[in-house]
Amino acid sequence: MPLLTMVKALNLALAEAMRENPNVLVLGQDVGQDEGVFRVTEGLLQEFGPNRCIDTPLAEAAIVGGGIGLAFTGFLPVCEIQFDGFSFQAFHQVENHVRRFRNRTRGRYTCPMVIRMPYGGGIRAVEHHSEAPEATYAHLAGLKVVIPSGPRNARALLRAAIYDPDPVIFFEPKAVYRAFREEVPETPETMPIGKGVVARPGTDVTIITYGAMVRVALEAAEELADEYHVDAEVLDLLSVAPLDAELINQSVRRTGRAVVVHEAPRHCGVGAEIVARIVEDSLLYLEAPVKRVTGFDTIIPYFQNELTYLPDPGRVVRAALETVRF
Amino acid sequence: MPREVIHLPNRVESLSVLSAEGQLDRDLEPELEPADLRRLYRTMLASRRLDERCLMMQRQGRMGTYGPSRGQEAASLGVAYALEPEDWMVPTFRETAAILWRGWPMYTWMLYWGGHEAGNVVPPGINDLPVCVPIASQCQYGMGIAWGCKLRGQGRVCVTFCGDGGTSEGDFHESLNFAGVYQLPFILVIQNNQWAISIPRARQTASCTLAQKALAYGMDGLQVDGNDLLAMIVATREAVEKARTGGGPTLIEAVTYRLGVHTTADDPKKYRKEEEVREWEARDPLIRYRAYLRKKDLLDEKIEKIMDEEIAAELDEAVRLYEQYRFDPLEFFDHMYAEPTPDLRAQKAELAAYLQSRAAARGGVPAATSSSSAPAVR
Repeated sequence: MPLLTMVKALNLALAEAMRENPNVLVLGQDVGQDEGVFRVTEGLLQEFGPNRCIDTPLAEAAIVGGGIGLAFTGFLPVCEIQFDGFSFQAFHQVENHVRRFRNRTRGRYTCPMVIRMPYGGGIRAVEHHSEAPEATYAHLAGLKVVIPSGPRNARALLRAAIYDPDPVIFFEPKAVYRAFREEVPETPETMPIGKGVVARPGTDVTIITYGAMVRVALEAAEELADEYHVDAEVLDLLSVAPLDAELINQSVRRTGRAVVVHEAPRHCGVGAEIVARIVEDSLLYLEAPVKRVTGFDTIIPYFQNELTYLPDPGRVVRAALETVRF
Repeated sequence: MPREVIHLPNRVESLSVLSAEGQLDRDLEPELEPADLRRLYRTMLASRRLDERCLMMQRQGRMGTYGPSRGQEAASLGVAYALEPEDWMVPTFRETAAILWRGWPMYTWMLYWGGHEAGNVVPPGINDLPVCVPIASQCQYGMGIAWGCKLRGQGRVCVTFCGDGGTSEGDFHESLNFAGVYQLPFILVIQNNQWAISIPRARQTASCTLAQKALAYGMDGLQVDGNDLLAMIVATREAVEKARTGGGPTLIEAVTYRLGVHTTADDPKKYRKEEEVREWEARDPLIRYRAYLRKKDLLDEKIEKIMDEEIAAELDEAVRLYEQYRFDPLEFFDHMYAEPTPDLRAQKAELAAYLQSRAAARGGVPAATSSSSAPAVR
């Protein structure tokens, strides 16, 4: 099994799908000759030509809106938005059309497309390159929102997203892009969208998270075990819409304690929804109030200070201990 | 040498075939079958009668807010006539005549304005999109469809409509830019009806014409008398032919006028003068085309009377179907995803249980929403 970074694993998923299905297209700014600013589309122009790996003019709304039309003519477009902060330039197309066409036309026209973008902070980038807008998209009925946490699940989920009959917003945590390598099977594999996994089993407290924060939570869990003899379970949601509420509640019912971790701001974040699901379904199993460790309700600071803003293992440990000692 | 006029490879022209005064340019007159010539008139008439019926029903509280296209019938119909069924047509919401020509049932149109998604169900056999409300946003997926047509290489084209107000939106410009770069079989038709609710054309842009915006994107622009059905047919045929044979996109500005309200929620007396409306009434596309057909002996009082009666009967039947339509509210969970999510299944069950308990409390069965219970929105 090859050992790949997330960038290489995503590249593999794209190439595999493009090889097996001529309707799969990749379009976006700098995805062709430049092979993507993070090199996710490396080699695709060379292998599949300019009609399948399409360098576009600089207009996010046209990349997404054009993608809708391509989908109507039978293609499976994979639109790349260069950075999360620029996705808002296409937001009206997503809100007004991408998510609505199936319902609007009672299934005659659908948008089986993927809108991929580098996501989140931690790579010392300039303003608008470090956003975590998943709650904004997860709130839009009709979309699916996927956030992988490592090379192997990124490759499997991108494949699932490409073949999903509905539109998928696919957030790729930049901080994970080249952070580590993972063994990836030789043959294509897929994972179900809307299902989370247990990243680390435990019995005392459930840490619920996704994306780049999975590694932060796992580090925190090690510290909790080593320093405080607290056995934390870490859930990696992988999708925030649909949300795997069953996995969350099953775990919280066992541990009686929950900490939600995400890098996006707290107010109306995905964490708020997770807490609501726990309260609705598992209130009487709780031994302590649910804690949230998140970005703050501020603009994410410029990169000199971003690491203070982003949740770190220390904050997660502290919150977990508060629930344990409640 | 240091300072010269730059000569652009593209052109902006204007086109009129049959003037408001009835003068015909025989060199430009398209050769059309008499049956088609008559059917075109009948479609414009049907569009106008459909508008009138919907406006009346809105006032009676039998329909929601309605946007009539009175005065703009030729601008959209000429475009639809130049297409084949497999070509793509992307409307905004003032293309009633075009939609009827393409084969949309009148009652589907009523269902849309009556507040039902069933009004967006595209008839089989044609590649049309339904009404689009967010101004000019349809230009983007229209462009994308044209892109798909080009990649498929089957000679299909995509015609997309927008209004004069839409030319101020980014989507208008972005779609034209992409269409120019990729030389897409894309025809964007601006129905310049002079008013974007209360904002006149002159306040929308400082450009002399809307057609000239084509030049910025490396394509030809054509300003057409949009109340001249023959000119609209000639212009669109030419653009479609060019697009079909790999010649790329065209921008058409159809100069027309919204004789009626923006929607039934609008009072144009607040922002425009009655004299202006009367001036444009003299340029009514139906009057002009009717005179043309009468001169050709293709129309007389007897034929017109038959047409009127047939259309009235069709409208009665459409109203009957529209008012009979019933919608099961539980259906609104069914078209969100190919497979409903666990949350949607649970929410559907939640609503079903509530509706059942409410109906039981009232001693009846759960009532579906009928079209005639549409709120009397002003």
